[in-house]
Amino acid sequence: MGMTIAEKILARASGRARVQPGEIVEPAVDLAMSHENAALVINQFNEIHQGTDLSPKVWNPDRIALIFDHRVPAESFKTANNQKKIRQFLAAQGIRKFHEIRGDEGGICHQILPENGYVRPGYLVVGTDSHTTSHGALGAFAMGIGATEMASIWALGVVLNLEVPATIRVHMHGRLPHRVYAKDLILHLIGRVTANGATFKVLEFHGSTIERMALSGRLTLCNMSVEAGATAGIVPADQETLRYLKQEAGVKERLAPLDADGDAVYDQTVDIDVAGLEPQIACPHAVDNVKPVSEVAGKRLDQIVIGSCTNGRFDDLEIAARILRGKKVAPGVRLLVFPASGRIYRRAMDEGVIQALARSGAVIMNSGCGCCLGVHQGALADGDVALATTNRNFKGRMGNPNAEVYLCSPATAAMSAISGRITDPRKGGS
Amino acid sequence: MARVVLILGDDVSTDVIYPGRFMATMLPTETPAHAFADEKEFNAKLAKKEIPPGSVIAAGRNFGCGSSREQAASCLKGPGFIVVARSFARIFRQNAVNLGLRTIAAPEFEASVGDELEFHPDEIVNRTSGRRCRIEPLSETQQSMIEAGGLIPYTRKRLLAR
Repeated sequence: MGMTIAEKILARASGRARVQPGEIVEPAVDLAMSHENAALVINQFNEIHQGTDLSPKVWNPDRIALIFDHRVPAESFKTANNQKKIRQFLAAQGIRKFHEIRGDEGGICHQILPENGYVRPGYLVVGTDSHTTSHGALGAFAMGIGATEMASIWALGVVLNLEVPATIRVHMHGRLPHRVYAKDLILHLIGRVTANGATFKVLEFHGSTIERMALSGRLTLCNMSVEAGATAGIVPADQETLRYLKQEAGVKERLAPLDADGDAVYDQTVDIDVAGLEPQIACPHAVDNVKPVSEVAGKRLDQIVIGSCTNGRFDDLEIAARILRGKKVAPGVRLLVFPASGRIYRRAMDEGVIQALARSGAVIMNSGCGCCLGVHQGALADGDVALATTNRNFKGRMGNPNAEVYLCSPATAAMSAISGRITDPRKGGS
Repeated sequence: MARVVLILGDDVSTDVIYPGRFMATMLPTETPAHAFADEKEFNAKLAKKEIPPGSVIAAGRNFGCGSSREQAASCLKGPGFIVVARSFARIFRQNAVNLGLRTIAAPEFEASVGDELEFHPDEIVNRTSGRRCRIEPLSETQQSMIEAGGLIPYTRKRLLAR
């Protein structure tokens, strides 16, 4: 009996020949990522060592990554103090995979990890952020955890008591129609399996649509896998994965593809023919409240957000710029653009994408998460309606429980910015 | 006996339990002030300490979905809540176990505000309605984590054993 990709990774990391769903393992962590909430991890880490003679040293500083992205630059002295505390800890512990608030090397953690080659196929990645699932796009097992669990991992280097999850095989086949993207696919999937349909399970993506998809789109799929409750989302590591890691992330070492065994056992299979798919919209206040764009077109908008860890990569911005070039954002509508990293921001400048967006009326923000989760910039007024390429539309998500957030692809967001209403991106434009 | 003080529906997100705008507040002693901050009436009662420890928050499916923020568990642990839901989101449940917040999964659970509940190892008896419903037990390893007092002492023990 063969193994799924998740099973292979957890078996390797646990030093076993094989594992199966339901088994309890203690796998070694290859990469442990945190952002500003490391301030809490540090507290818990120190508490673990309290009352012992042990000095609080992390198990391996080279396997820890720290990125400032949630509130950058700091919006309050409280955050600034947290960031300062983290900097001091990193220096004392010798942690070098640290990305400061900078235009050259900074950005959103789920973009910084892939573009710096920190994640490799077969890795076990943990992060104190639920969207850590993103890194499954590189053939890794990547899951979100809480701060105390991270403190335990900083101390021991292993995940204690991890139950091997079952895997759902998602088979997507066919060519994506004009102006239908990975974002539409994942929204459609979440609508189908529901917000807890994959809880305690892994989504493993296969099929011709995935094989043809660039790494950027795969990151979007895995990023939002957690919105179906999944522990992880995984795409097999293939030639595209290796191309990305070598060409774009500058990885020099030998890398090997990674796929499931042909006779792996799955919890269930979900089959999606993408050929007939419409652009999708997740409506308030649940990510699985998904409708085709035709059913919500015409809804008046106050704010549009393009960017985030879900859809702030170069191709996302370029698609938006192609639609908005020479056009204007509708009066009364605010369009905010958050590139996912400084590297993406600079490339978008070099290729005229930023200029086209800014001329259309977009406000170009620095890379960061703050707007998506309502902690820093871009807050909504009572009664406001937002359309965003981000990943969550829960009540209060963008900072106001009396506002509404709809989720969509960058193309739908850009087309809607011109009309000021939710608009089918397949209608009009070039 | 434990009294139900708040009834919530399915898919209660961590943005509702502990809104993102309070995330710079992290200390378990400070997070309870922002628990259910946008459920104004409930939050006010909590602030005035009108809710006794051991009170029950009851919810439907997928309680705690969304963000990994541990504040969503610590803000409920401080005031001594017990959370009973039909099911939980994975990260929230693990955070609760790690911090020692009592969470009980009961797939057919139903209750109203004011109901008095009695907890048994494998079922909940609703003393007000007379209804009984089964509990889905935690795994043995999760149970042992709770018995150790949470993940911090558990990890400390492992570290000292090295």
